Amino acid sequence: MKSIEELRAIKERNKGDVVSRNEKGVPTINVHMGTCGIAAGAREVLTAIMDEIKTRNLDKIHVVQSGCPGMCINEPMLTVTIPGEKPYVYIKVTPENAKSIVLRHLINKQPVQEWLLNLDK
Amino acid sequence: MSCKCGSAVKDERFVKIDQILEQNGRDESFLIQNLEQIQTALGYLPEDVQSYLAEAMDIPLSKIYGVVTFYSLFTTEPIGKHKISICLGTACYVKGAGDILAEFERQLDVKVGETTKDGKFTLQACRCLGACGLAPVLNVNGKVFGRLTADDVAGIIGQFE
Amino acid sequence: MDFYRAHVLICAGTGCSSMDSRLLRQNMHEEILKRGLDKEIKVIETGCFGFCNMGPIMVVYPEGTFYCQVQPSDAAQIVEEHLVKGRPVERLLYQHEKESTDTVEMENIEFFKHQKRVALENCGKINPENIEEYIAQDGYFALAQCVKEMKPEEVIDVIKKSGLRGRGGAGFPTGMKWSFAAPVQADQKYVVCNADEGDPGAFMDRSVLEGDPHSVLEAMAIAGYAIGASQGYIYVRAEYPIAVERLKIAIKQAREYGLLGKNIFDSGFNFDVDIRLGAGAFVCGEETALLASTEGRRGEPRPRPPFPAVSGLFGKPTVINNVETLANIPKIIRNGWEWFAAMGTEKSKGTKVFALAGKINNIGLIEIPMGTSLRTIIYDIGGGIPKGKKFKAAQTGGPSGGCLTEAHLDIPIDYENLTAAGSMMGSGGLIVMDEDTCMVDIARFFLEFTQEESCGKCPPCRIGTKRMLEILDKITSGNGTPEDLTNLQTLAETIKDASLCALGQTAPNPVLSTIKHFRHEYEAHIYDKKCPAGVCQALLSYKIDARKCKGCSLCARNCPTEAISGKIKEPYVIDQAKCIKCGECMNRCKFGAVIKE
Repeated sequence: MKSIEELRAIKERNKGDVVSRNEKGVPTINVHMGTCGIAAGAREVLTAIMDEIKTRNLDKIHVVQSGCPGMCINEPMLTVTIPGEKPYVYIKVTPENAKSIVLRHLINKQPVQEWLLNLDK
Repeated sequence: MSCKCGSAVKDERFVKIDQILEQNGRDESFLIQNLEQIQTALGYLPEDVQSYLAEAMDIPLSKIYGVVTFYSLFTTEPIGKHKISICLGTACYVKGAGDILAEFERQLDVKVGETTKDGKFTLQACRCLGACGLAPVLNVNGKVFGRLTADDVAGIIGQFE
Repeated sequence: MDFYRAHVLICAGTGCSSMDSRLLRQNMHEEILKRGLDKEIKVIETGCFGFCNMGPIMVVYPEGTFYCQVQPSDAAQIVEEHLVKGRPVERLLYQHEKESTDTVEMENIEFFKHQKRVALENCGKINPENIEEYIAQDGYFALAQCVKEMKPEEVIDVIKKSGLRGRGGAGFPTGMKWSFAAPVQADQKYVVCNADEGDPGAFMDRSVLEGDPHSVLEAMAIAGYAIGASQGYIYVRAEYPIAVERLKIAIKQAREYGLLGKNIFDSGFNFDVDIRLGAGAFVCGEETALLASTEGRRGEPRPRPPFPAVSGLFGKPTVINNVETLANIPKIIRNGWEWFAAMGTEKSKGTKVFALAGKINNIGLIEIPMGTSLRTIIYDIGGGIPKGKKFKAAQTGGPSGGCLTEAHLDIPIDYENLTAAGSMMGSGGLIVMDEDTCMVDIARFFLEFTQEESCGKCPPCRIGTKRMLEILDKITSGNGTPEDLTNLQTLAETIKDASLCALGQTAPNPVLSTIKHFRHEYEAHIYDKKCPAGVCQALLSYKIDARKCKGCSLCARNCPTEAISGKIKEPYVIDQAKCIKCGECMNRCKFGAVIKE
């Protein structure tokens, strides 16, 4: 170890791993993975999200899984929560959509209106 | 170092000691560490081991004996792999702990306080374990067995064989 | 780096390991592999969470779901339900006695809510066997800052200003200790970490070594830089095999990364650390005895001066710091002394780790800001006394300390207040006692411990504690005489004044403090031949209340000595000559008819 820069590089490389465990108040993607969701393809959605996060080298995003929200007809579903904002629920998510959601909603902070759950419909 | 008993073959325990010393070092500050590893390897620290170590580390035997007897971790008597402690508190005694102890002595062929020849079991008597409701009780390696009869002895030994 | 959607942290501290947490981890691995989730879920072994009575502990992140008393056989269900289907396994969730609703997240549990984790910050969070996780938590940045940007005097100055005091017992200011050793001219100086945690019931040092070993190594290197030492030794008990193993791994990794060894951070500063094992002698916690033992000799103390700062290990200037003290140091350097000094009371800064034990619901390890009251510790963090019993006293400082009573419940806990109350901070054991605890018996228990651990070098301690123990034995067996109390006090004062080291000087404390606060209990033993708490067996007897006894014969059938006789549906009687006072009848009786006097 010769310099603080080297140390910092190790820190950066590992930060995501530890931060994802410990920090609160970070954006969360909650993939609903009840039995029905998994049957409808939630696992592929989840894998796609993780790939996207990894390729874009994003940290400070929680990927959480939870149980069935009770609207099996709309599966796979996921909920995006940015601290201080109301949660956005996406329905009938495909792996491709999921990648766009990461890009458009979590990075550019623009919820993708057309894929959102709209209870008025 | 050559063996003093005249036999050409070096005691394999001493070979083990040499290995440990080689690994850790012969400086006096490694004495406790060396003793600890030797005890782990050999089970205990009898006098001949201590005197071999005294020569090998160039420390007076009296000093090594002083250290061995000072620290509670070290023992100069062999301890078996499994320690059977039979409660001889009054409740257990009345409920027949004495018979159970006798049965262990018979089956293991040792007296209380001794270790079996194969080094597997050490048989001990202990004070009340505070489990009088389960009397008679005994403790093997920290696990408590209760409501025993002499018929259970073979089964308990078998579990740890 | 691979990204995992979930992290499963399993405690691998000694407490949980003794309850099959290793097997649990293995089962989790297998279950995860079986379902092909090993790319998504990472299982990590961590150090102690401090919540040992609820162990084995498992925490699932990112939600922070807190599972307790998890058995190896639960692995399949946790993987299937929680990790696959996302439904936390209800029956394993931690539930607080007071709260009716389920508590799922760690930070909402009362036990954790009042705590402030500084020394224990990383314990239970990072993988102690991976140096990179420590670095990710800003590890070794303090060392870098010291050797690259600060002069040794500046480092000492920061530690002085922070107000950090030794966490091992006496509370000597750490910065001062360093400043004594720094100016001494010598070809070699040493930094020694005292990890000989001997106080029965205290295990914070073990937890730090097991859960965050790098913080200790980093701090030792900082101390080395500050005083001009190039070699450090960690004196750790051989009874802590997991801690020793983790330390060995940590030292190896730190050397590989160039964080120990020659020319650290290209600054010309050299520092290396070796481990020396202790072998089970309480007196080795005393610094001069510890040095003797580190040198490979009998761990007997010697008179001071010369102090170790001038002539310590191998006769060279030596700084000796306790594990918990060291664990604070990197954080002080990183966050600044102002940050540290802002916590705590006027003269006691920062936090203190306590090992809660005894008659308390949440037995475990806690870290609180100095100045927290005993009431908060016992009732909020500790969850109160089991079975709604009444609080009687709390012993701090282990066998060297004294007891605090109800009157002390609201004083802010710090070094000065504890000393003023007749106790001491000690290494942080905190044993809670309820109405069923006999204070004479407790004093006897502690004295028996110190008596056994007395090294025998100086007569006041060797002979004096033996005589005191004999008197206490006499009192608890019902043979006490009025002179015994005066004799005890005279002996105690003499031993305190005349002993060579802190072991003897503090050994009488539990006796003096219980006489001070609970004199009436001693008097009851001596004059009335009664043990008010019903503990001292020689002074109590079991009787059956004829009005309450329904004559069910349950007690008689369970009596190990057949001391109980009677006719069905008529009151039973205990034959005092046969009774061995094991209490089994009282445990069995469904009508509360058996009474203890």
